[in-house]
Amino acid sequence: MNPVFFSVGLDVNPQTLDPGATAWMLAASALVLLMTPGLAFFYGGLVRMKSVLNIMMMSFGAIGVVAVVWALWGYGLAFGPDTLGGFIGDPFANFGLSGLASVIGGKAPGLPDMVFIGFQATFAIITVALISGAVAERVRFGPWLLFAGLWVTIVYAPIAHWVWGGGLFGSTGIIGSKISALDFAGGTVVHMNAGMAGLMLAVVLGKRLGFMKDPNIRPHNLPFVMLGAGLLWFGWFGFNAGSELAADGIAALAWTNTLLATSAALLGWLLVERLRDGHATSLGAASGAVAGLVAVTPACGFVDPIGAIVIGVIAGAVCALAIGLKFKIGLDDSLDVVAVHFVGGLWGTLSLGFFAVPSAKTEGGLFYGGGLTQFWPQILTALMVTAWTAIMTTLIGLAIHKTVGMRVKEHEELTGIDITEHAETAYELAMVGGSFNPGEPQNGKTPSSSGEPETSSNGKTDRMRSKAST
Amino acid sequence: MKLVTAIVRPERIDEVREALERFGVNGMTVSQANGYGQQRGYIEVYRGAEYNSDLLPKIRVEVLATDELVDGIVDAVISGASTGQFGDGKIWTIEVSQAVRVRTGERGASAIS
Repeated sequence: MNPVFFSVGLDVNPQTLDPGATAWMLAASALVLLMTPGLAFFYGGLVRMKSVLNIMMMSFGAIGVVAVVWALWGYGLAFGPDTLGGFIGDPFANFGLSGLASVIGGKAPGLPDMVFIGFQATFAIITVALISGAVAERVRFGPWLLFAGLWVTIVYAPIAHWVWGGGLFGSTGIIGSKISALDFAGGTVVHMNAGMAGLMLAVVLGKRLGFMKDPNIRPHNLPFVMLGAGLLWFGWFGFNAGSELAADGIAALAWTNTLLATSAALLGWLLVERLRDGHATSLGAASGAVAGLVAVTPACGFVDPIGAIVIGVIAGAVCALAIGLKFKIGLDDSLDVVAVHFVGGLWGTLSLGFFAVPSAKTEGGLFYGGGLTQFWPQILTALMVTAWTAIMTTLIGLAIHKTVGMRVKEHEELTGIDITEHAETAYELAMVGGSFNPGEPQNGKTPSSSGEPETSSNGKTDRMRSKAST
Repeated sequence: MKLVTAIVRPERIDEVREALERFGVNGMTVSQANGYGQQRGYIEVYRGAEYNSDLLPKIRVEVLATDELVDGIVDAVISGASTGQFGDGKIWTIEVSQAVRVRTGERGASAIS
């Protein structure tokens, strides 16, 4: 008898709780949550010095908004009882997670539902955070938070319901009862979803000032990028292996495939760089690792280690080559979210048609005796997710952009989004003069909210306001 | 009096300073600078996109000197800064009409001795 359970009034039956799986999933959930601060470092190093805090705040802001939305109605939409023919779950059945605190085994054998809910919340969080990379350095922070809440509700939750929540693609769903698409840990729900959303939001918002002209638009801190990639890789073991929802052999296979595909993708990306550019770069190693992680995500529990290595090395090469497309078509996907997450996620999703090992869920891919039977469900799933994401993200983005405004003003973008949106700078490299005024904020205004220098109550021009408007 | 200004490679600043100290120079001003000469800049590649950086990081060394010591100071800087490669830098001297030691008010040569 565990006194902790009774002290919070939970009706827990120790006979049905699997302590090993529960312990692993609690740890895996924490690992996945760490991916978002890791992403903040990954993205933070990729932007200019004057934008690093803002892009990191977009990740941290996503944590705040999505976690709360998830608890209130997001989880119900994604994993609640079917409504609208399996299109979404019922957000009111367990609004605010009511009635779920004491449930064990509702979503996975031996697991408290709260573990599953928390684990899935971390997926929703990082999916939203991933989008921010496509529109880095030009989005107002408040409207970004609004977008995060709307997007997770309207785009992420329905797709999660289709694929994981027993909806359209579930075994009893309208589509899933006829075909069986595979997505172990979120190639469609997370990566294709985020990549396509990033693409459409970048189109809605337009290019950064100086895109393809200004030589200063380049990564300012590659050690941050490497640190972020390392944290992402670390957390991704929880993401992929945790998606088994148990501490078993499949989880171990997913863990190992996550190691192998990522390593192979790192090598694939570096090979392309060496042949194309003459140098194997640190950014290439970090990017290749992420591309491999993305690609193996849908496949990690369905392929063998050789399959994972092949998926990884192709992912690294393909994503490295896809990067150049944004300059050819003039699309400012700031941090290459589309090339890494959409292309990587698409490849990973389709790769199951070739490399899936025969199991209870599939006859196997083309190379494992299953012919093309697994290939078509993968394509159909990818198309449906892409279409829903593209249309709804565009509508949400336009609605926010045309009403409250989503993009910073031109002079704010030139000054730097850190100082204009957050009244902070990441690095003070050459500060001369200034003043300090404790306890008297300037009526809550940001330094450049007016776009012009302002005079404070003592008659002196505020240093930061002057700086922000020049 | 003259002001000797030298633009040198960042990695050679320790050798330049040691050479100047061996020659007997007691003080100098060192600052970071950026620029280019005949070799121009360099190219960085990020995810396949090339970025040209025209301005290379350099170190500016400034020494106030009496006329008779200028040639020796220039030679000392050369001995410390030279690698024989492009990008070793430049040295120039200009006339200084007055120098004042702030602490004592001394002026002219005694202010820089």
